[in-house]
Amino acid sequence: MEVIAFSILSAIVLIAAFCVIAARNPVHSVLFLILAFFTSSGLLVLIGAEFLAMLLIVVYVGAVAVLFLFVVMMLDVDFVELKQGFLNYAPFGGVVALVFFAEIALVASAMGASRPETFDASPNAETNVEAIGQVMYTDYLLLFQISGIVLLIAMIGAIVLTLRHRPGVRRQSVEEQTGRKRADAVELKDVRPGQGI
Amino acid sequence: MNWDEIFAAATPELYLAFAGLIAVVLGAVLRERFATVSIKAGALILLGACALSLFNIEGGVAFNGLWETDRFTNLAKAVCYFCAGVALLIAEPYLVKERLIRYEYALLVIFASLGMGITLSANDLMTLYLGIETLSLSSYVLAAFNRDSQRSSEAGLKYFVLGALASGLILYGSSLVYGFSGSTNYDAIAQAEFGIGLVFGLVLLITGLAFKVSAAPLHVWTPDVYEGAPTPVVAFFASAPKLASMVVFATILFEAFGNAIDQWQDVILIISGASMLIGAFGALRQTNLKRLFAYSSIGNMGYALIALAAGEDIGGPALLVYMVIYALSQLGIFGVLLSMRRRGGMVEDISELSGLSSTMPWLAVCMTALVFSVAGIPPLGGFFGKLVVFQAGVEAGLWPIVIIGVIASVVSLGYYLRIIMIMWGGDKLAPFENMSGTVGITVSAATILAFPVFTVVIGWMMSLAGGSFSLG
Repeated sequence: MEVIAFSILSAIVLIAAFCVIAARNPVHSVLFLILAFFTSSGLLVLIGAEFLAMLLIVVYVGAVAVLFLFVVMMLDVDFVELKQGFLNYAPFGGVVALVFFAEIALVASAMGASRPETFDASPNAETNVEAIGQVMYTDYLLLFQISGIVLLIAMIGAIVLTLRHRPGVRRQSVEEQTGRKRADAVELKDVRPGQGI
Repeated sequence: MNWDEIFAAATPELYLAFAGLIAVVLGAVLRERFATVSIKAGALILLGACALSLFNIEGGVAFNGLWETDRFTNLAKAVCYFCAGVALLIAEPYLVKERLIRYEYALLVIFASLGMGITLSANDLMTLYLGIETLSLSSYVLAAFNRDSQRSSEAGLKYFVLGALASGLILYGSSLVYGFSGSTNYDAIAQAEFGIGLVFGLVLLITGLAFKVSAAPLHVWTPDVYEGAPTPVVAFFASAPKLASMVVFATILFEAFGNAIDQWQDVILIISGASMLIGAFGALRQTNLKRLFAYSSIGNMGYALIALAAGEDIGGPALLVYMVIYALSQLGIFGVLLSMRRRGGMVEDISELSGLSSTMPWLAVCMTALVFSVAGIPPLGGFFGKLVVFQAGVEAGLWPIVIIGVIASVVSLGYYLRIIMIMWGGDKLAPFENMSGTVGITVSAATILAFPVFTVVIGWMMSLAGGSFSLG
């Protein structure tokens, strides 16, 4: 049963991944990418890593893929023009891909000898979450903290490259708005009939 | 958690991370007022980290084996932090004149240095990867720091896209190594049975790391990034991260794959030979000085890789000595490039150096000494660097690569001599604008270091670095 599910899911992942690069319409590419993410999370469920499966959907489908979709739709990239050089590079790229594929096949053939007999997705714990929680802030505390610094650098980088202080931009000042009194805005005039202000 | 262990092994990095985070807060509060101060503060922080790594030179193991430092890595770290600090100091006049002065520059250099420290101390593929990302992300942003310049943005984008590909290769290689050895820890990998799967993972790791040190088949980004990125950023790229990446390259091959040297030696030799030849022949036709020194750095990485291929005992100390001399002389050379400013703009063409000997004799003398040093002309420091590397190659019996190295050295003299000839023989041009104090001091200091004073230092460093490797 598991083998059948595995074969179906991995076949879909492969086809979807191929369609990501083969699709003419970039929006379709992103949608195929989402399909690939979904089916890979199915593969994770199969080995018992249900938490990672959910994480993959939440993070990659929920955030990253939607972001991709936005970028593809917002930026007016001419994909036809991008693909102009394709034929020039195709032979060389094809050779590289073939060599790489042969090497992967070689590695896959070596796989048989060292295949683990039993695989436990949640060692020393009931569930996947528990197993991750046990090591994340203890054994791998250092890695967790460094990841924080990497994200901080990404944030600083985004600010450095995009934030501009333009002079003369009128910004909303909440203090000013809430601190406004009736006297600042309304003035009572005694208007004589027939004369106007 | 054992704090004694952590402090013994990771004080410089803890201090750098802490100081960097405080600098982020200071920058957010003080804003523009922090801009010029941040450069000096950042340089002080980095020099402090340099002192700390020398102070804790014995190092240790911490964080459950994710982290390991010894004399070799601490020495490399100290030089990296020092170079980063100096590269930050000489950046200030340029940044002020080009109106790029912002406190984020210092922050990014500090975090990039932290990344170097992390990669150098890594004893686990996961730590290694995160360290590389810390260094690379900061570097991408630094390359694009002059965001209003099209060339700088292009350099940043190229560096980012290709760097992401290299990171992907490293990750793929790591995952294969993990899959076939059952661990990401260097010591555990060293003990695993060496099969075809590990070879493949190792080759992918080497490919990714070769990109980071800009060695031959993956060198294509270097000239473009060097040309486009702001000059002080290139001064930084050419010195500290090069040294760090090269030493990391060595530690991972020596510590995790030391037993399988006959598997990776040929790969390294091919990369090394190709780098030296491409560096030598590629630079011959360059007219932009930054591009020229980019090719020169590709070639120099090739020489360093000879030491790497010679193996741990023979090649380790030679590699460190060569890279330290190289990094310090690069700071001097880019100091000269930073002082090439005329009529309010930077000039980068080789012909702009024409007649420098009569307009600014001291600068010409410095540049001559530094260029000769990098070329490897006998009385200067660079010669001894090349000498120890070639010696290591001969001792390890790698004759063919040493011969290629000597040929590449002779060919590369062609473009080094062209620089000298233009400086001393060309028509007299208007002098450059007065250079600032820090740049002048750096150039002079690097020149003095390029002189045989270094031989003493080399002997001391060889004894300090020698025998520091101990395979787990």
